[in-house]
Amino acid sequence: MTSPTIERGEVRGILLGYGLALLLTLSAFGLVVFHLLTRRQAFYTVLGLGLVQMLVHFRFFLHIDFRRNSRPDLQLLLFSTLIVALMVGGTLVVLFNLHGRMM
Amino acid sequence: MTATTVGPALLHAGLNLDHASREEAAQVQSDVFGFWVFLMSDAVVFALLFALFGTSLEATAGGPDLAGVVKLGPAFIETMLLLASSFSFGMGSVMLKRGAKPRLMKHFRPAVLWLALTWVLGVAFLGMEVNDFATMAREGATPDRSFFLSAFSVLVGTHGMHVLIGIIWMPVLLLQLAAGGLDRPLKVNMIRLSLFWHFLDIVWIAIFSVVYLQGALR
Amino acid sequence: MNDPSFTTFLFGQLSWGALPFVRAWRDPNISEIIGAGAGAIVVLGAFGAIALITYLRAWKFLWTEWFTSLDHKKIGIMYVVLAGIMLSRALIEAVLIRTQQAVAINAPGYVQPEHFAQLFTTHGSIMIFFMAMPFLTGLMNYVVPMQIGARDMAFPYLNSVGFWLTVAGAGLMMVSLAVGQFSTGGWSGYPPYTELNFSGGPGPDYWIWAVTLSSLGSSTVGINIACTIYKFRAPGMTFFRLPLFCWTSLCTAILMIFAMPPLTVATLLLAADRYAGMHFFTDDGGGNMMNYVNLFWLFGHPEVYIVVLPAFGVYSEVISAFSSKELYGYKSLIIATMAIAILSFTVWLHHFFTMGQSASVNAAFGIATMTIGIPTGVKIYDWILTMFRGEVRFTPSMVLSLAFMVTFVLGGFTGIILATPPLDYMMHNTLFLVAHFHNMLIPGTLYGLLAGYMFWFPKAFGFRLNEGWGWISAGCWISGFYLAFFPLYVLGASGMARRTQQVFDPAFRPWLLIALFGAFLLLTALITLFVQLYVSIRDRHANAVPVGDPWDARGLEWSVSAPPPEWNFATIPHVGDRDAFYWRKRAGGAYRPADHYRDIELPRNTACGVIIGIAAAALCFGLVWRIWWMAVLFGFLVVATVIIRSFMRDVTRTIPAAEVEEADRRWLAQAHAARPVPREQEQSGLNQGRAKIFPQPTAKHA
Repeated sequence: MTSPTIERGEVRGILLGYGLALLLTLSAFGLVVFHLLTRRQAFYTVLGLGLVQMLVHFRFFLHIDFRRNSRPDLQLLLFSTLIVALMVGGTLVVLFNLHGRMM
Repeated sequence: MTATTVGPALLHAGLNLDHASREEAAQVQSDVFGFWVFLMSDAVVFALLFALFGTSLEATAGGPDLAGVVKLGPAFIETMLLLASSFSFGMGSVMLKRGAKPRLMKHFRPAVLWLALTWVLGVAFLGMEVNDFATMAREGATPDRSFFLSAFSVLVGTHGMHVLIGIIWMPVLLLQLAAGGLDRPLKVNMIRLSLFWHFLDIVWIAIFSVVYLQGALR
Repeated sequence: MNDPSFTTFLFGQLSWGALPFVRAWRDPNISEIIGAGAGAIVVLGAFGAIALITYLRAWKFLWTEWFTSLDHKKIGIMYVVLAGIMLSRALIEAVLIRTQQAVAINAPGYVQPEHFAQLFTTHGSIMIFFMAMPFLTGLMNYVVPMQIGARDMAFPYLNSVGFWLTVAGAGLMMVSLAVGQFSTGGWSGYPPYTELNFSGGPGPDYWIWAVTLSSLGSSTVGINIACTIYKFRAPGMTFFRLPLFCWTSLCTAILMIFAMPPLTVATLLLAADRYAGMHFFTDDGGGNMMNYVNLFWLFGHPEVYIVVLPAFGVYSEVISAFSSKELYGYKSLIIATMAIAILSFTVWLHHFFTMGQSASVNAAFGIATMTIGIPTGVKIYDWILTMFRGEVRFTPSMVLSLAFMVTFVLGGFTGIILATPPLDYMMHNTLFLVAHFHNMLIPGTLYGLLAGYMFWFPKAFGFRLNEGWGWISAGCWISGFYLAFFPLYVLGASGMARRTQQVFDPAFRPWLLIALFGAFLLLTALITLFVQLYVSIRDRHANAVPVGDPWDARGLEWSVSAPPPEWNFATIPHVGDRDAFYWRKRAGGAYRPADHYRDIELPRNTACGVIIGIAAAALCFGLVWRIWWMAVLFGFLVVATVIIRSFMRDVTRTIPAAEVEEADRRWLAQAHAARPVPREQEQSGLNQGRAKIFPQPTAKHA
């Protein structure tokens, strides 16, 4: 049974996470709907906002931080990110290379 | 307790896990970590579906392309629904820790209400998505039309199928809560479902960024 | 009731023509008769097995002691048994392939092209998914928990589910011999050939679902091994005190976790094309076959490291044990293993150099491929240096390890040749490639798995294997490999393509005949393995090693009885050093009773894994034949079993401390009564499993 203080802290964390995520989502949708940037700039900004929002989810909803007890989860996530980057990056490089040479 | 502990203590903040012994602690930590590992393999699946989607954008075979298929309005509402459901699940997780007497349902009423809200939001999300696909079908944008539509449908559809699994999983856990109270196996299962649910919202961030917003930009 | 739509509903696409016996009746040529013969063997074999078990009244025993067990040792043994059965089938198929190629020189041979294509497809699919994977999984399952000082795997129930899913996939492969036919698209199943418009029958569907079931099973194994090693090491067993076999198992598990998803995506999307008319890899609608090729090899390359790393782990254990010496370069071996694991994710394109990428892309992957040779070389040097100044005993396991070191390196050289894109353009899809990968798989993987089988057999069953037959078998495997595959290097360099049902150059004949002879030697090797088993079981009392340490080996698994008690260790050991048991023996601290015995909690048996496996097999059979009611029904059964299992709370049972103590004391009495044998006598009947320890001038602490 958690003490009320700890519970308040946890609720605050969830509210903060939700608020940040909402802000990031509205920004992403907003800049597209209201044509605030050029197409290329908008695409990369949206990706960046998405990446930041993922980090918000990891930190506030999944409790992944740099503390000792999260470290194994963090290491797993970083390693998975490496593998995903290799696989997705490699796939895109190879397939676009093939595509270019087909045209 | 010997000083030579192996591995860091993995205290998941989701639910209080009062450990009775070193073996039980190891088992619970392993149960949760094992699910993380499974989620990572699932993440690879999604990542590859994204990569395939990326290579499919121009393979429209004369049919509808991304701009023609994406509708930002429903996508925005779906995003809000799913994000709200992450919030409500988080609240439910916190409320679950309130139960001083784990067998009395009334101590869990706030938790159950938050989880029920999560469930309703998830069902609403799925309903909207099914409606989106039905609209696309009416417009002739079916998955068998082109590689692009296959890739789009499978990417978004796989995410939807995962949400459906969560929708089935949640009442099963609530049933177990009613039947046997909040014992350790159920706590572990709740943690796993919460990891799953938040993971799905993270994948959705990628989907609305790379699929829907990119489509609206074209 | 003769309403055609009702029959279609009930039977899907099944028809009488699906049965090989009907096909042979309608068109009795040798090819069809062989097919019918294979189908007959499956049917008769299945009925025969059922009849035999019923006659022996062994159903209850099998069910309660083996099938429903969650004990990692039992599951490990069952995995190896499955591998042995599938090895037999796939090796016979290999002999058929070699025979066809040796006789079909400007002649039709005896198997038709369609049948020949099924042969090489099933041969490859079985050897990878249903022989190598189960075999190595079985060894890891059996050994890893004991080597780390644990009682079981992290997820015993998941272990059972993974095993039965693998059995389901193997079952599907066997059923395809008797109902319908298998894919003709090779073990890699490339579209567009495997799409509906080119392969409309059940073949590719059988392949898709068998492979999917196997890959799901392997994913669960990866998660299980990783969490077991991560969380259940005994106190004091830090990462740098783990035996090498555990390190290679950990890296294998990581590879399984991350490499299976691309395969799942590839096969399921191919299924989407075939079942839902989608256009991922079709030759129309914008489909792109290169996406499949890319996905398949994203899986395929780490896969070959999945099958070889456990073998490398076995070699580390075997070479150290039979050189009577500590493993040389422990840390370098670990770093090399991890380097191999990571690098294996960066080289996949070398499997399709010829598919049209630019020279720069090819070069990048070629360089990465050559880089992997470096850590492998480090390991070979470490093993050689382990033997240097050791007392080498030439047991069959050691003979296989020595043959591995020489033969695998030769194959590695051909790998460097193939890693050079311009050279690969000439060798790709010739028999040179076939020779190369068999040169890696047989001396690399198979010798290692066999060496591991022979090394740990006495631990698992309590008696040694017959050494003479072991040497004969090893000799046949080694000579058979050289004769069957080295001619293929010559043939491939001379231009003979792979997967050809007919040959048109008579100059190839002598090489093909040598290769055929080699194939028969390999079949002999397999048979001698079974003879060895028979003889060993017959002589099991004379060769009993109940004390559990027949080789004076180093890991914790040797510190318990043979066979081990269900709970592995009466008390979880405290580990102070690498090779802790070895040093404890030398310090006089082995075979001591515990200070305090406790109750031990173990998982209860459960039928859930078996039910999930059988239901999954039926689900997939229904999918293959478009019998939708079957697929839906058994799909529900799988889901229902998973859900019902999650409600179960009474899933463990307690072994009382008194029982643990009694078993332990009985074994310790045996240990003290046993006469310790020096290494020269370890293969004699005097060996009861206790090693003679000579006092060491500077003994490390235990």
